[in-house]
Amino acid sequence: MRDYAVLGPQYLSPNLRDALAGLGIRGPLVAITAGWQEREGEIDELKAHVELPVRDLGLYARAEQVYADDPPLAAAARERQERLQELQELYRLRLAALMGALAELATRSGASRAVRHARRAALGDVRRLDRQHLAATASEHERFARRWQLATRPSLAAHATALAHAIAGADAVLVAGGHVAVLLNRLRLFGIGELVRGKPLIAWSAGAMALTERVVLFHDRPPQGAAHPELLEAGLGLIRGVVALPHAHARLALEDPARVAELARRFAPAQCLALEHGSLVRWRAGAIAEARDVERLSRAGQPLELAP
Amino acid sequence: MNHELAELIAKQPLDAAALDRFLLAHDVPLVDREGVTFLFRGTADAVFLRLFIAGLPAAQPLERVAGSDLWLLRFELPPGSRFEYKFEVVRGASNEWITDPMNPNKAADPFGANSVCQGFGYLPPEWSLPDAAARAGSFDEFALDSRHLGRRHARLYLPARFRRNRRYPLLVLHDGTDYVRYAQLKSVLDNLIHRLEIPPLIAVLTDSPDRLHEYVGFDAHADFLVEDLLPAVAGRVPLDGDPATRCAMGASLGGVASLHAAWRHPGTFGRLLLQSGSFAFTDIGENKRGPVFEPVVRFMNAFRAGPGRPAERIYVSCGIYESLIYENRSLVPLLQKQRLQVRYEEARDGHNWQNWRDRLRAGLTYLFPGPLWMVYE
Repeated sequence: MRDYAVLGPQYLSPNLRDALAGLGIRGPLVAITAGWQEREGEIDELKAHVELPVRDLGLYARAEQVYADDPPLAAAARERQERLQELQELYRLRLAALMGALAELATRSGASRAVRHARRAALGDVRRLDRQHLAATASEHERFARRWQLATRPSLAAHATALAHAIAGADAVLVAGGHVAVLLNRLRLFGIGELVRGKPLIAWSAGAMALTERVVLFHDRPPQGAAHPELLEAGLGLIRGVVALPHAHARLALEDPARVAELARRFAPAQCLALEHGSLVRWRAGAIAEARDVERLSRAGQPLELAP
Repeated sequence: MNHELAELIAKQPLDAAALDRFLLAHDVPLVDREGVTFLFRGTADAVFLRLFIAGLPAAQPLERVAGSDLWLLRFELPPGSRFEYKFEVVRGASNEWITDPMNPNKAADPFGANSVCQGFGYLPPEWSLPDAAARAGSFDEFALDSRHLGRRHARLYLPARFRRNRRYPLLVLHDGTDYVRYAQLKSVLDNLIHRLEIPPLIAVLTDSPDRLHEYVGFDAHADFLVEDLLPAVAGRVPLDGDPATRCAMGASLGGVASLHAAWRHPGTFGRLLLQSGSFAFTDIGENKRGPVFEPVVRFMNAFRAGPGRPAERIYVSCGIYESLIYENRSLVPLLQKQRLQVRYEEARDGHNWQNWRDRLRAGLTYLFPGPLWMVYE
């Protein structure tokens, strides 16, 4: 049975080495740093930290190569991206209205039965819209994969073989953070979800988000625009039952019980996990075996220490 | 007025030791929700508050508390205000302008330093302060031989983790050195990029040896920016060629120069950041701002007659204590009428670098929204 670990940001005080030790991993590693985009593969610091051989899988560069070699696929990928962006904009528009209603109901004084019912219904509306958005984006991806036969496409085949070989030779797969949509796009293009089956995975920040069932984008204090957490799309679903929230203390108003409760209830029964520097959650056989410096957002509105 | 101080000065003779203790325990000027009280101690024939707030007298006398060397002046000040001032101390034939000896809060500008009065509730933005956690960008100086202005020097700000295989947005700054010195531009860019509030971008910092001539709607300067500087920058660093990723910005006359360059070369700058622009114009009659403004007025009158589309998205800010507030307010509907995206902000502040610093986040994030929602490192 494979083990997973998710971590918080690794920039200032990395704990990846501790996570590897906790998983008993001593052998060579492969890394996915596609979320770093043009900085992909700059892993000297990472190597120095883990003190193990690390090979970057180069998914970002491989995707560029695939699109250069296969113009019809590249054009189709651009069109899909435009459709996904349109879906996101339309979802965001509808979400703003529903979140506005939710906020308005939260300010209603008193707790009459009608108000309580309206609040539950408004939250239900948001959850329903989230599900619709997940379904719509998943449908886009499925259609694209089927239409362009990604699993057997010649322009991808050589990369798939090389990636499978590299992953098979590694003791664990690291998935770094960065741009979550770019990362997820590359993970999907090369079918990484299948290739890593049976391998221990350690992911942090956007990497952790991409491995869960739902990728939630969030910031409560953006300098411009609305601040409603929104779904991007489904993640790879390798890690189940959690929503990963890196940098939660910097990005979310965790001091606001109403905000915390709203987030926890919206994505329940999944647990919303605040991942900070030093955070670590380790799963074994599908259950949380270890949790360090991780808070889960409670439905009562408090960030509480996550316990195995 | 502060209750404790009011009690102190109500007693005669004034208890000097108690006053010393009071002053040690309080920041001056004394600020409360309703207003501000300025204090000065010393022998003088007269003391004036010299302040730079349009709408208030430029010199307001402090009154001496009888039997003491304490002078004071109080007036109402809306919360959130910030302005700069000096004291004018008159002793016999001597007339000296000084910063407030009891106020350590000073603001530098190219003409020296002023004391700063921060009204109730004003806080310097934390995003403008150096942040050790933020990755630091760097500067790279270069010279170019301009066909229009001769040999010029400029500085490039390169963001942290600059990579040649990425294409960057470009910010073109007038008075670039002053923005760094007096508006903490480097800390602001480092912090906003680190916080993902703006994308990693390159800034080119220009300065003029004669801004009263070159920043007043001077065609050769606009041509220098577009025909000499932009190609020189593009030859050094990888830029995104889309005008939507190119912004001209400046404050005061630098705002005029930015607008003028964008107007003279439409389609070059997709973005403009204009702070307290000296957008003097006349609807009829003579310019009353003096000869320096003659070319500005000529340009602005021409611009107002035919604004065109200087940029697609424009951020305009001005302090409401500035004499230029009328001109800036007048600019906004003109731009909106052209169906441009315009964001206009006012602050309870004056014509100074800290005002311009405080608006940088709003302006830059409006013009260059960062990957805040997508990047989790």
